Amino acid sequence: MSSIGKKALMAASGLVLVGFVIAHLAGNLLVYGGPSALNAYAEKLRHVPPLLWSARVFLLAAVAVHIATSVQLAIENRRARPQRYRVQRMAETTLAARTMLPSGLLVLAYVIYHLLHFTFRAAHPELSRATDALGRHDVYAMVVLSFQQPPIAFAYVVGMAAVCLHLNHGIGSAAQTLGWTDERTLRWWARAGRLLSFALFIGYISIPLSILLGLVG
Amino acid sequence: MRLTLRVWRQKSAKEPGRFETYEAKDISPDLSFLELLDVVNDGLQQRGLDPIAFDHDCREGICGSCAMMINGEAHGPQPAVAACQLYLRHFKDGETLTIEPWRARAFPIIRDLIVDRSAFDRIIQAGGYVSVDTGSAPEANSVPVPKPDAEEAMDAAACIGCGACVAACPNASAMLFVAAKVSHLAKLPQGQAERKPRVLNMVEQMDREGFGNCTNHYECMAACPKSIHVKFIAQLNRDYLKACRRR
Ligand code: HEM
Ligand code: FES
Repeated sequence: MSSIGKKALMAASGLVLVGFVIAHLAGNLLVYGGPSALNAYAEKLRHVPPLLWSARVFLLAAVAVHIATSVQLAIENRRARPQRYRVQRMAETTLAARTMLPSGLLVLAYVIYHLLHFTFRAAHPELSRATDALGRHDVYAMVVLSFQQPPIAFAYVVGMAAVCLHLNHGIGSAAQTLGWTDERTLRWWARAGRLLSFALFIGYISIPLSILLGLVG
Repeated sequence: MRLTLRVWRQKSAKEPGRFETYEAKDISPDLSFLELLDVVNDGLQQRGLDPIAFDHDCREGICGSCAMMINGEAHGPQPAVAACQLYLRHFKDGETLTIEPWRARAFPIIRDLIVDRSAFDRIIQAGGYVSVDTGSAPEANSVPVPKPDAEEAMDAAACIGCGACVAACPNASAMLFVAAKVSHLAKLPQGQAERKPRVLNMVEQMDREGFGNCTNHYECMAACPKSIHVKFIAQLNRDYLKACRRR
């Protein structure tokens, strides 16, 4: 496949995942509505297994495409300059743009831990077993008990920092790769991407931090 | 003024290269960078040593021959100029300058600072032209071109093919060059007939040459002596993805 073809797939799959990251935050913020709101939402998600599973398969496919294309592109890019410069000065690029592979790998590690923790409940089973008064799985209790542990809250903040760093470049870059930009909108996309990634960071870390500080729970 | 130069010397692609240090004393700050190399080369030849090989032709920023990294920047620290139009007054007296060739797998070193840029020629041969009957020149006003389109086409056509975009790109990608060549014809009525095969074939050739993939660092735009804008890369992406869909 051509370079532009691979990049378009990387960008499109990345944006699918951005869509998920936004929707997921909207759901998570229900923790501020108390146990009944969060547990009812979790129950509802599990209520329609075909929908749940098609969403999961779709996301997994996006992750697979994203990793396959991005890793292949990164390898090709290393090969394209076998001998490095003794001195090279950068004028335009950003830290986020230069660290897409490491931040992406950190996101991957975080996602695996996160699934083991809350989805498969294998990482900290002792925090995950409660059921609420209606006999539903007590997601609220699981979240609160987990984030009351400083190491777990810390791991989530680091994971979210990686996601934020990755998207800081990723969103604007994807718009350019897909050809959505022109001279006027290029800066707009880059700025909107940075703003969105920062908003997602604040939204997500507010949950472990407010529980750790005893404001929620 | 006085400058110390650390210059990459390499006899051929097969032999290993190394940095050599040269002192340039009592030189006028009004010299261009290439004239500085001329002065250093005079001194080397008087001592019976090999002069530094470097590409140059027009020495007025239009041919795209001159090509070198100066202190880690393609064509040196001044924006929007080629090395031939870079003057020594922009450097500090007593400064040490590191001078390297463009480094990219697709641009193999021929000697010292000279690299083989024929990969660019092969990309142009793959589609960077319009097929028309030549002969008597047509009446210029018979094909009207809207002013904004003509301006944009000219902005893209300003590319002199020097390769600074590849040299400055962290991925050694040639996307800005290909984008400029594709866009300048895509903006004109004469370019429409071959628009789809052009973009497909030029990108295919670009990939075959072993350039890297653009990941939107935009170092190319900062390094370009003609300040070609990365909006043309978006145009290239648009044209390419559209051509793929209609294939
Ligand atoms: C929540 C998960 C993720 C999201 C939302 C996401 C999103 C994105 C987006 C939007 C792009 C921009 C595409 C472009 O440059 O045109 C991108 C690029 C990239 N992603 Fe991800 N990504 C995620 C996970 C990962 C993972 C797990 C990896 C690990 C291998 C990874 C590696 C990369 C790389 C290497 C690039 C290209 C870097 C560049 O443009 O310089 N991503 N990602
Ligand atoms: S020598 Fe022609 S552009 Fe520099």
